[in-house]
Amino acid sequence: MAAIVDARGLSCPQPVILARRALEAGDMPVVVLVDTATARENVTRMARKAGFQVQVQAEGEEFRLTVSK
Amino acid sequence: MLGRLNRLTASRWGIILAGALIGVLAPLLQRAGNPPNMGICVACFERDTAGALGLHRAATVQYIRPEIIGFVLGALVAALIFREFKARAGSAPIVRFVLGAFAMIGALAFLGCPWRALLRLAGGDLNAILGLAGLAAGIAIGVGFLKAGYTLGRAQRTYAAVGWTMPLLMLGLLLLVIFRPQFTKDGPIFFSQSGPGSLHAPLVISLAVGLAIGFVAQRTRFCTMGAVRDVILMGDTHLASGVGALVAVAFVTNLALGQVHWGFAGQPVAHSSSLWNFLGMALAGLAFALAGGCPGRQLFLSGEGDGDAAIFVLGMITGAAFAHNFNLAASPDKVVNGAVQVGGLSSAGMVAVVAGLVVCSLIGLTMRQAPAKVEVQ
Repeated sequence: MAAIVDARGLSCPQPVILARRALEAGDMPVVVLVDTATARENVTRMARKAGFQVQVQAEGEEFRLTVSK
Repeated sequence: MLGRLNRLTASRWGIILAGALIGVLAPLLQRAGNPPNMGICVACFERDTAGALGLHRAATVQYIRPEIIGFVLGALVAALIFREFKARAGSAPIVRFVLGAFAMIGALAFLGCPWRALLRLAGGDLNAILGLAGLAAGIAIGVGFLKAGYTLGRAQRTYAAVGWTMPLLMLGLLLLVIFRPQFTKDGPIFFSQSGPGSLHAPLVISLAVGLAIGFVAQRTRFCTMGAVRDVILMGDTHLASGVGALVAVAFVTNLALGQVHWGFAGQPVAHSSSLWNFLGMALAGLAFALAGGCPGRQLFLSGEGDGDAAIFVLGMITGAAFAHNFNLAASPDKVVNGAVQVGGLSSAGMVAVVAGLVVCSLIGLTMRQAPAKVEVQ
């Protein structure tokens, strides 16, 4: 079971807000789809700061961030 | 090599270095000829550019500022080298235009963008405290809207031409400032003979500093609005450390150059009408928060292909034209016969700031989506 947050096309801070909401909901892992390097960095920084592990996969011009405990 | 640079620029040291770079270069630009406490001011410099093009006729604030051109082109170069240039657009462009226009009207009620507010403080202008407090208040209201589901909607990947439009417009401006063609007998292009618009560093220096800052800010995502927003929204001090570095380094540089003069009254290109310093920047802060970036950040984004940020910039330039054509911009304090005459806003300017707060609040209230349901697979 993975929760998917589709934050493609959204500008910051929305990807971070959506990702955080999903993390708070508790279904793990949370997969966050983003399409800018800024959103990738911001979501990664937020999740790592909150004690999660983040795996980043580049898929073409988009990124798939898998956040888990 | 690029990977290692990426890690540096995305780190806390990266953002601190970006802030420090702006902090040292802005006072040096002032020393090289830019107006006092205005080594760099994105709002003022876009306003000057609007004036040079004849979009407004305030004769003292007309000059095509090479720093603005440099910001966009420096960000473009960085985005191309690091493969981040991506043409995208289509996220509520007309709303971004309106936000840009009101952001400028608010900034010109205070007489400066957030960068200049920080630089004014670092030069001893205590009115900046009111402006920065207003900025934080406006951003806090914006954060409230964001938490309640405010969104401008998604941007789409689009034709490369969309992403290249702003950089090419800037190249056009660069040609105009280099060759200074005169299109009719009395102008445009207009260049101020007196006042802040006549004060500028040599073109090559302004452009080089703009390019350097544009490059570094694109890599580090430097944003003054984001700095305040992230602290309020989630206690994240990453961007704020860049802003702190800017103020600290600018203050030390100003001290070294003898450019610090403490006080409220009679500060250069500033007024001491506290309420409107606060409310003007509150409007600007709210508009920046709703549009997702301070004026500098919007320029850097427009350099990396963001067509929506480009629309915000054009909104700001248009807002500057309205601000001066309709006498909405603040007048600075003046010293007449040894006595300080407090400047500030005209009645029309006050109405415009309040109207801006109402319009931006309506945008924040009405453009909402219920929290997206998280899809579970």
